[in-house]
Amino acid sequence: MSAPGAAAAQVRVIRFFTLAGIALLWETLGQTRFVFGEALPPASAVAAAAAREVVSLPFYRHLAVTLGEVAGGFLFGALSGVACGLALGARRVLGAAADPYIAALATTPKIVFLPVVMLAVGTGPGSKVALGAVSAFFPVVIATVAGMRSIPPVFVRVGRAFNLRAGQMVRMVYLPALALPIVTGLRLGLGVCIIGVLLGELKLASAGLGFLARDYYDQYDFAALYAIVAIVFALAALANAAMSRLVRRAEAHR
Amino acid sequence: MPGRAQPALSAAPALRGLAALFLLAAALEAVVRFGLVPKLVLAAPSETALAIGRLAAEEGLFRALGATLLTALAAVGAAVAAGLPAGYWLYKHPRFGAAYRNWLAAPFAAPLVLVYPVVLVLFGRTYASTGFMGFLVGLVAIVLYTREGLAAVPPTLVRVGRAFNLTPRQEFWKILLPAGTPMIFTGIRLGTIYALVNIIGVEFLINFGGLGFVVSETYDKFDTPGMYGAIVFVILVSGGMLWLLKRVQLWLRPA
Repeated sequence: MSAPGAAAAQVRVIRFFTLAGIALLWETLGQTRFVFGEALPPASAVAAAAAREVVSLPFYRHLAVTLGEVAGGFLFGALSGVACGLALGARRVLGAAADPYIAALATTPKIVFLPVVMLAVGTGPGSKVALGAVSAFFPVVIATVAGMRSIPPVFVRVGRAFNLRAGQMVRMVYLPALALPIVTGLRLGLGVCIIGVLLGELKLASAGLGFLARDYYDQYDFAALYAIVAIVFALAALANAAMSRLVRRAEAHR
Repeated sequence: MPGRAQPALSAAPALRGLAALFLLAAALEAVVRFGLVPKLVLAAPSETALAIGRLAAEEGLFRALGATLLTALAAVGAAVAAGLPAGYWLYKHPRFGAAYRNWLAAPFAAPLVLVYPVVLVLFGRTYASTGFMGFLVGLVAIVLYTREGLAAVPPTLVRVGRAFNLTPRQEFWKILLPAGTPMIFTGIRLGTIYALVNIIGVEFLINFGGLGFVVSETYDKFDTPGMYGAIVFVILVSGGMLWLLKRVQLWLRPA
């Protein structure tokens, strides 16, 4: 009882002093303008800028734009990813044929597709939704295919023996067995979707948190820029934590 | 499963995949030729292929590839040089390992690339910025997998080392590193891919450097075939790197 408790306490102490040390070092470097000069505002200035942001109305307008783009991109990417994953996983030859292309495309930095989607749907929010969808698609399709391949063939044979139609097979055999891999893929997909949307906004946009960060960068307001980056990080961590909860629930469900 | 059908199956999908790719290219070619999609939006595959040659001859595509690969090499080299000792240190000090592991795993999944505006402020539009972004994501993967790989070394091996009275240095070089290599290399492989992806992405975002810069440049010039050519080239490079690293990994773990 006492040994693990003491270990956890030690871990907490280490974390506290690490964070305190980083904050102190950052504050000192920022206040003295040592090493980085104006480029590194002190931690206190960034915290103050973050506080200013969360009580300002324009911030929430930009946040709403970003959230909408992420939601749209994630929805399109997740749905198409699951659908393609089911098709590729069900037909072994199809899957084997598509594998190398999906692997190569999944590795490619999605941001280079931004020019393509901007040519196709313009430079507005649609291009960020599309980039988010393309980003989310790959982790989801890969996880779904892997999940399909790990379904014991017995399940499928039992389903066939009961003469289930395709829709029934999906609902009664595939989806229950796929819950965990799909949710795991969705967690990764949401993460890269957020990245895709934010990077798209940073490159070219007229609204959204990425645009806001870019705007502060252009105005040399580095404290506000760092604050936006920190807020985006916190939101992404929150989304990741929520998805991790979902994964744990799916795990418990098995 | 039936071993008999296996060899025939393993070649057929690749051929079908290629055939599907050619069909898709032919369809795109037709769509563009018949003017169903504006030429500014979609380049015909034949023009895209020609554009790769033009980019190579006139726009320094291979010089850009070299710049990107060298940046990635420097980033991964630095990430290995810093990540191996850091992973070893976290393994040797389990309390610190427990304290920092979740922190490292969080940016691993979270959007580390989004700190690039900060890096841009600190280092400007230079190779230091693109390289640092690659270093950062590579480092996280390498530290995590090094710690995991060393922690997974069978205790028996470590005890044998103790029985021979090995010094910590000998223990690391003769026991921990060889036994941990497969997983440590997984970290290096992932770190290399993340670094490459991030470097190309940041190059595109800040209009500077290698392949990412070429994509950005061709878009800004409305050179649609060139842009598609550059994107296809980036996909080929990513796929090639993936293949190469898998090969090395198989070679490290012959089984």
